[in-house]
Amino acid sequence: MIADRLQRIGHSTISTVAGFGRAGFMLFGALLGKPDFRKGFPLLVKQLYVIGVLSLLIILVSGLFIGMVLALQGYNVLVKFGAEGMLGPLVSLSLLRELGPVVTALLFAGRAGSALTAEIGLMKATEQLSSMEMMAVDPLRRIIAPRFWAGVICMPLLALIFNAVGILGGHLVGVEWLGVDAGSYWSAMQANVDLYQDVMNGVIKSLVFALVVIWIALHKGYDAVPTSEGISRATTETVVTASLAVLGFDFILTAVMFGG
Amino acid sequence: MLSEILIDIQGLSFSRGDRPIYRAMNMQVQRGKVTAIMGPSGIGKTTLLKLIGGQLKPDSGKILFEGRDIPRLSRSELYQARKKMSMLFQSGALFTEMTVFDNVAFPLREHTKLPESLIRRIVLMKLEAVGLRGARDLMPAELSGGMARRAALARAIALDPELIMYDEPFAGQDPISMGVIVRLIRELNNALGLTSVVVSHDVTEVMSIADYVYVVADKTVIGEGTPEQLRNDPSPLVQQFLRGEADGPVPFHFKAAAYQDELMELTR
Ligand SMILES: Nc1ncnc2c1ncn2[C@@H]1O[C@H](COP(=O)(O)OP(=O)(O)O)[C@@H](O)[C@H]1O
Ligand SMILES: [Mg+2]
Repeated sequence: MIADRLQRIGHSTISTVAGFGRAGFMLFGALLGKPDFRKGFPLLVKQLYVIGVLSLLIILVSGLFIGMVLALQGYNVLVKFGAEGMLGPLVSLSLLRELGPVVTALLFAGRAGSALTAEIGLMKATEQLSSMEMMAVDPLRRIIAPRFWAGVICMPLLALIFNAVGILGGHLVGVEWLGVDAGSYWSAMQANVDLYQDVMNGVIKSLVFALVVIWIALHKGYDAVPTSEGISRATTETVVTASLAVLGFDFILTAVMFGG
Repeated sequence: MLSEILIDIQGLSFSRGDRPIYRAMNMQVQRGKVTAIMGPSGIGKTTLLKLIGGQLKPDSGKILFEGRDIPRLSRSELYQARKKMSMLFQSGALFTEMTVFDNVAFPLREHTKLPESLIRRIVLMKLEAVGLRGARDLMPAELSGGMARRAALARAIALDPELIMYDEPFAGQDPISMGVIVRLIRELNNALGLTSVVVSHDVTEVMSIADYVYVVADKTVIGEGTPEQLRNDPSPLVQQFLRGEADGPVPFHFKAAAYQDELMELTR
């Protein structure tokens, strides 16, 4: 009875660890080895479009609305203390440090991550990956690597765009609608936002999230059970696992960057 | 002088998890011939092709391709060897995001430095050979099942391989495209001097094109010979398979407890 349960725990631990091992090997298989720029560059550009440009709309809309909501909520609190002049720093710091990287990563997991998992899972199920291998072309280099790099390049840029649009949204609500002084909105922001402490740390966060999300998405697709159920399960797992991982890493990074 | 035997499988054993698929199997494929491997579904025919292609590693035994043991090759040697073989997957496995033309051009662009004009000429030639020159600008989703398989065949012969392996080329085809594919396999084999391995459970088609046939069941080869020899094979197993009978030495039912016992259990 107990031995049975222990055995089961041991089993699932081993398979989890083996899963990490496979994922690690996959990543290194894809990224090590000399890159071939002549063939690799067009593939990368295509993925930058598919992963980055096609995610742009959802990022713009979400950024705008989150900025507007932040300004609205922030104003209601600040105005009680007569501190509505601090609306600019409140909106921009919330976005740069937290909401920009985190929400972008969550949206990215839902929009691009799930699509990547499904795409690669389907390639596996329809034997496209196997047949590529039989043509002596390494699917890790041909399929996985360009998607990985495209994701790593796109996510920080998307997060920056998210921030910029959010700050504009805050301006729209705070200044245009609620009547905060435009000069104080911008100058207080300028005075309180530090390039390294706030902007760069946000970029570092979203770079880490990019690695995590894209790695999970690619691995779940590559490791999917090659059936329709397997692919749908893998797609769900990508969104759930990647979202939780982003929130977990966010806490750790926040503690390291702003904790002390 | 090239050896007459292209693939030599010696004492091959392979398991999926703890379920054995092959046990100490021997098999040889003659150069320039059409060799067929027949057996019921799920017996491990696709698995065997993947073993030959080096995608899976056997538990023990040798798989010699041109005298070199595939499972023992280094990664780059394996990739060199794979350029001489090609495999036609059951589903065709065309790359869905490329046109038929780009699919056929794919191995050429990956492995040669030929100028685009020459690649174009080769691709059109290969497409002509399978009767799909007019379909070059279609996407794989726009092709019928039979056309997709022929397009995949054009891609498989793009690099003029020594060996081509067909996984269930006849499964799910209408009678006309079945006939087309049967003829193509034979013609390509003779015209290009290829060696062909055809894996299938369609007895009539296989017996009509194969030079040599292996019947695989119960984790090993149960019968072999030319189609003529096989028809006269005394083994009841082989005869059951050739005639497609459900009852015989090979059980039709998946292994289970005796039916009566289970029924009794229900009434108890
Ligand atoms: N990726 C896999 N993982 C585990 N078992 C598999 C896998 N692929 C096939 N099998 C099992 O191996 C056996 C042989 O499969 P396969 O070679 O596809 O048979 P065939 O091509 O003769 O129909 C089947 O019982 C199948 O369930
Ligand atoms: Mg099969």
